Amino acid sequence: MDPAYFFQQLVNGLTLGSLFALIAVGYTVVYGIIQLINFAHGEIFMVGAFGALGTWIILGRAEITAWWMLPVMLVGAVGVSVLTALLMERFAYRPLRRAPRLAPLITAIGISVFLQEFVRLFYGPIPNGLQRLVFGDDIPFEFPDAKAAPVFPAIEGVSGGSFVIGGVTLQYAAIFTVVALVLCWIGLYLFVNRTRVGRAMQATAQDPDTARLMGIDVDRIIMVAFAVGASLAAVAGIAHGLQYTNIEFRMGFLAGLKAFTAAVLGGIGNINGAVVGGLVLGLVEVMATAYIPGTFGGSAWKDVWAFALLILVLVFRPQGLLGARVVDRA
Amino acid sequence: MAKNRILVAGATLLAAAMALTACGTRAEEGGGGAEGGAGGGGGETKTAVIGVVAPLSGDLAPLGLGIQHSVELAVQQANESGAIPGWTLEVQPEDDQATPDVGRNAATSLSSDADVVAMVGPLNSSVGQAVQPVFDAAGILQVSPANTNPSLTRGANFDTAPERTYPTYFRTCTTDSIQGPFAARYLYETAGITRIATVHDKKAYGQGLVEAFSAEFEELGGEIVAAETINPEDDNFSAVITSVGSGDPEALYYGGEYPQSGPLSQQMKAAGLDIPLMGGDGMYSPEYIELAGEQSEGDLATSVGAPVEDLPSAQQFVTDYEAAGFPDPYEAYGAYSYDAAQAVIEALKVSLPEAETAEDAREATVEAMASVSFEGATGPVAFDEFGDNTTRILTAYKVEGGAWVADQTDEFED
Repeated sequence: MDPAYFFQQLVNGLTLGSLFALIAVGYTVVYGIIQLINFAHGEIFMVGAFGALGTWIILGRAEITAWWMLPVMLVGAVGVSVLTALLMERFAYRPLRRAPRLAPLITAIGISVFLQEFVRLFYGPIPNGLQRLVFGDDIPFEFPDAKAAPVFPAIEGVSGGSFVIGGVTLQYAAIFTVVALVLCWIGLYLFVNRTRVGRAMQATAQDPDTARLMGIDVDRIIMVAFAVGASLAAVAGIAHGLQYTNIEFRMGFLAGLKAFTAAVLGGIGNINGAVVGGLVLGLVEVMATAYIPGTFGGSAWKDVWAFALLILVLVFRPQGLLGARVVDRA
Repeated sequence: MAKNRILVAGATLLAAAMALTACGTRAEEGGGGAEGGAGGGGGETKTAVIGVVAPLSGDLAPLGLGIQHSVELAVQQANESGAIPGWTLEVQPEDDQATPDVGRNAATSLSSDADVVAMVGPLNSSVGQAVQPVFDAAGILQVSPANTNPSLTRGANFDTAPERTYPTYFRTCTTDSIQGPFAARYLYETAGITRIATVHDKKAYGQGLVEAFSAEFEELGGEIVAAETINPEDDNFSAVITSVGSGDPEALYYGGEYPQSGPLSQQMKAAGLDIPLMGGDGMYSPEYIELAGEQSEGDLATSVGAPVEDLPSAQQFVTDYEAAGFPDPYEAYGAYSYDAAQAVIEALKVSLPEAETAEDAREATVEAMASVSFEGATGPVAFDEFGDNTTRILTAYKVEGGAWVADQTDEFED
């Protein structure tokens, strides 16, 4: 088939994969330190997108779409996501730190359902209700109801725009996603390897008890891990909103599942692995849709091929593509 | 100390949340209580219940609530005019969440209620398939305003050897075996499009629509350049769009509902594939335009019947619906649901006066339904030997200036 078609699908795959990768990092960082599969992490991504929308409604007055709104929304999204993740860690996971592993896992699923339903039921009513208490019926910031999919603000120069190189259409929102992944990846690398907190994270991942003896505040490091994962998920939430123009309360579930798969594919606990795993997963899904003909091809079977790949990797290379970096202390 | 502070904060939050939920629910009351109506004056009145099974929550809730309220309107009017002496009708809505399993549970709970004599709904063909056997086993009349899959009335081999599946099942809307070909004729003959790509969501409705469309479009002489499917759970359709676009189609025909077709249209146009997307009645909703955004100008949808706003017969329905003050609009299936409820009431006029209890009237109601014939909001309503409406009028709508505008209305002939 013609090369433009291949490169177009390559771009599609990398864009999709970048989104998976941004979310997958959160699974991997947390797992690397406390061996918890935080199934509620997909919801952190969703909360981030809603946080960005809320920031835009309040600070952007629901009408400013200039480019500089994007960093403002980014700050808002990261703030909301990190806060949610820290509350989750403090009230749901910390009390279960010494419990059998199954308990926090089930808790994670419970939190996931809780966050979805909370956003669905209260995203509009709570801020609107609070404003009615203060301003009466004429409220300044009308929040949309999250029961239907709210429209994400279209930022000038990013949403919807695109350009064509050699027959390949590049959307600005897609470029934003890929660039965001690259920047986050570099930032994370510097943070983990070049800062004291980052090195403390590595030490805690290796052996939390010894790390504690060395004077590392393990609780604080765990919070940092949750916050780092949540920040990247919030970036992914904005990228999702810009690409698909609508966000909804259920969007975290499947995205979280795919990102978790990506983290396992790349080797759970390994940050580079999560990024590579996400990109590989996105490429496999897209290429399976594009190139497998007949009954077993097309979009209907892409998940089957993606999970078949996961099984093959787990059979022949159980530690994942880049190797898991978890010290098994079981 | 720290603990206390958390407690105080927690209690404050909780109190705030409770106060707010109270604020939230107040608005929702208002309209729901339309079922009651006047029960007529003297003497003992017995109660018969018409169930409604429709998605009252989730993506498709606007359509489902439109169905519920339209039935409530018909029942309210029947009660006020004393259409059935000695009986009061009530509406019992059940949420099917657009999911077959949930629908089956709703059907089971309705059919175990001795007062239930008929049911209007559901919205989705897949839910229709799940509830048919449940209501049929209880002998309860079921009339769908929106199930368009042909196999529901004519069995699996509906095009070669039609066979009625459930004698208790009727519908007021037209089917996909007509809607698909109608869209094919519109695109080929009216719009002059010869190269088309199809995408569907693998659900009973979407697949049926695309199959019927493709058969007719190829017979007319058009070419299907790509046929793809998507997962309804997905939000990224880029791979499918690129793959479909490589065939260089002039339009895309989509089988499915607006929660997927809206984003599909938006992503398709953002990816530079600027062709109209056409779909069936599952897409004919203002929500579609909201999801698809500004680029949806020129997108098309077929829907059953003539546009409610243009039909003189429907004017009364629209006026009455607005006067009743329901909290949600009647949406795409309002008039069909109103007619479905009216058909049920027509049948009940025959069966109920002679029955002791609502349960006794079930069989006679189904029998009476076959000969029901009246002038409804959507036009003449009567049923053929399979339970399908004999009036087969469809309309093609186009997105113009951010709203659906009727483009062409026709009676479909084989």
